[in-house]
Amino acid sequence: MKISIYRKIKEGAVEGVFLLCGLSSIFITVGIVAVLAYEALGFFREVSVIDFLTGTEWTPLFADKKFGILPLVAGTLLITGIALSVALPLGLTVAIYLSEYAPHKIKEIAKPVLELLAAVPTVVYGYFALLFLTPILQKFFPEMSGFNALSPGIIMGIMIIPYISSVSEDAMKAVPMSIREGSYAMGATRLQTAIKVVIPAAFSGIAAAFIMGISRAIGETMVVAIAAGMMPNFTANPTQPVQTLTSYIVQVSLGDVPHGTLEYKTIFAVGMTLFLMTLGFNIIGFWLRSRIREAY
Amino acid sequence: MTDKDIKKRIAISKFWDYTFMTIGVLSTLIGFSVLFALMSDLFVNGMSRFTYTFISSYPSRFPEEAGILSPLVGTTLIMLVTAFVSIPLGVGAGIYLEEYAKKNWLTNIIEINITNLAGVPSIIYGLLALGLFVYYFEFGQSILTGGLALALLILPMIIMATREAIRAIPKHIREASYALGATKWQTVRDHIIPYSMGGILTGVIMGLSRAIGETAPIITIGALTFIAFLPTSPVSTEFPYINFNWLFDPFTVMPIQVFNWVSRPQAAFHQNAAAAGIILLAMTLVMNGIAIYIRYRFRKRIKW
Repeated sequence: MKISIYRKIKEGAVEGVFLLCGLSSIFITVGIVAVLAYEALGFFREVSVIDFLTGTEWTPLFADKKFGILPLVAGTLLITGIALSVALPLGLTVAIYLSEYAPHKIKEIAKPVLELLAAVPTVVYGYFALLFLTPILQKFFPEMSGFNALSPGIIMGIMIIPYISSVSEDAMKAVPMSIREGSYAMGATRLQTAIKVVIPAAFSGIAAAFIMGISRAIGETMVVAIAAGMMPNFTANPTQPVQTLTSYIVQVSLGDVPHGTLEYKTIFAVGMTLFLMTLGFNIIGFWLRSRIREAY
Repeated sequence: MTDKDIKKRIAISKFWDYTFMTIGVLSTLIGFSVLFALMSDLFVNGMSRFTYTFISSYPSRFPEEAGILSPLVGTTLIMLVTAFVSIPLGVGAGIYLEEYAKKNWLTNIIEINITNLAGVPSIIYGLLALGLFVYYFEFGQSILTGGLALALLILPMIIMATREAIRAIPKHIREASYALGATKWQTVRDHIIPYSMGGILTGVIMGLSRAIGETAPIITIGALTFIAFLPTSPVSTEFPYINFNWLFDPFTVMPIQVFNWVSRPQAAFHQNAAAAGIILLAMTLVMNGIAIYIRYRFRKRIKW
């Protein structure tokens, strides 16, 4: 049986190739961790971890170098907070509307159009935040600076609405119809059913959507790099320019920082911080999401 | 409770029900109107720059003479590399996980890992490419590096789309194929891949449209923002007619050009940014439109 041996070899070879493709994702993760850890270790050989984590001044590109990450973390959290206070209520409302109220036809149109919101290149959103929204906001807050945290925060919030609404809606869709019908049979309205029955039942999915929204907002780069200014201010004032973890990496990359210098290594230390922050949120989100399936 | 009380309660409940419905419609419309405002703002500001010379000129210090030829070519070449790397890898990984992988710890790790990779910020992929491709493999700040960075970035999207498309194929199709004596590879090649083509294609186009708009990883690898020349032509008149020198040439891409123009203080450059933004937006929206259409068509056509 010559054919069968040939076949076996071929089948094995094909499976091997597919396995390698599957393993590629692991190589990427290993690569990310290795590169970040290697360069960040080089950084921490020269700057103490405690100074890095507790310092309130970030001036690595000045003559008097200070490496306190807190202003960047504060900037990131401020913009993330603004983005979420826009995206969470709107995203959840849209999800409830689409899942509990909207007729099939409206859903068919609204969902792809909302998806387009997530498809617009972020650099275009940056343009919009800087040159459209900021001038409008300045009419309400005359003292607001041309670069600020508020405008990119709001735009980022709108940008992540589709992420939150689609994951939440999926979670609500997974709630069995019979539970809703039970509620309707008791005379509850759609709103009462949504709030008292559907949302509690889909809670872990909705929470996962929120967490993933947070993680996305933390990692978002271009809107902030364009419209928030590049000033590492340690402030909670949304009308002031701030710098985030991501926009600092952009700032350094745009300049001519030689390979191997301390300035070069800072972006990996900052990248490591960013990676760990998003990783933490992703793990929580992943865990919450895997709970959806257990519920029924 | 009297009859009147009950009626009042019902009225109040209904009132809130309809109020919420209105809020829901309005919230959805906010998304729509931002999209509309964004597009009209781009058009109002950028339309005057929208001429043929804008597309056929190189970037310039003078806003009226500047164009987007080199970023347009750069984006096209980068996308070639990205597609060439990410499609076979992503589809292969998806097929492996759905058709070949046994339920063991390795499969589990790969699955968790892919979900996690999908949530890694794009700029981290830029740092990976900077450390690994630019300096370790010494590809430099080249088209190859940029294309690889974006390929890794969209890999999880393509894997997930492939898996979802394959999962939708009912088991009996596979069983019928095995019953006729087909091997696993034959089943995959002749049945699984063709039937999941629609879903895979949707995922691939969505991934590429995301890659076209990505700016952060490309900036991070240190791509230049001012490029007034084209990469080496991939085709030549002499033998061997095709060359790959362009892979190692410096480049710029559309989103970087937009970023560069937005960051300048002069309003004339902002107009250029708007005009280039329209083209960039049009590219991503058209690709998304095609993807949504393909998904819609295949969902309608296939009835198992």
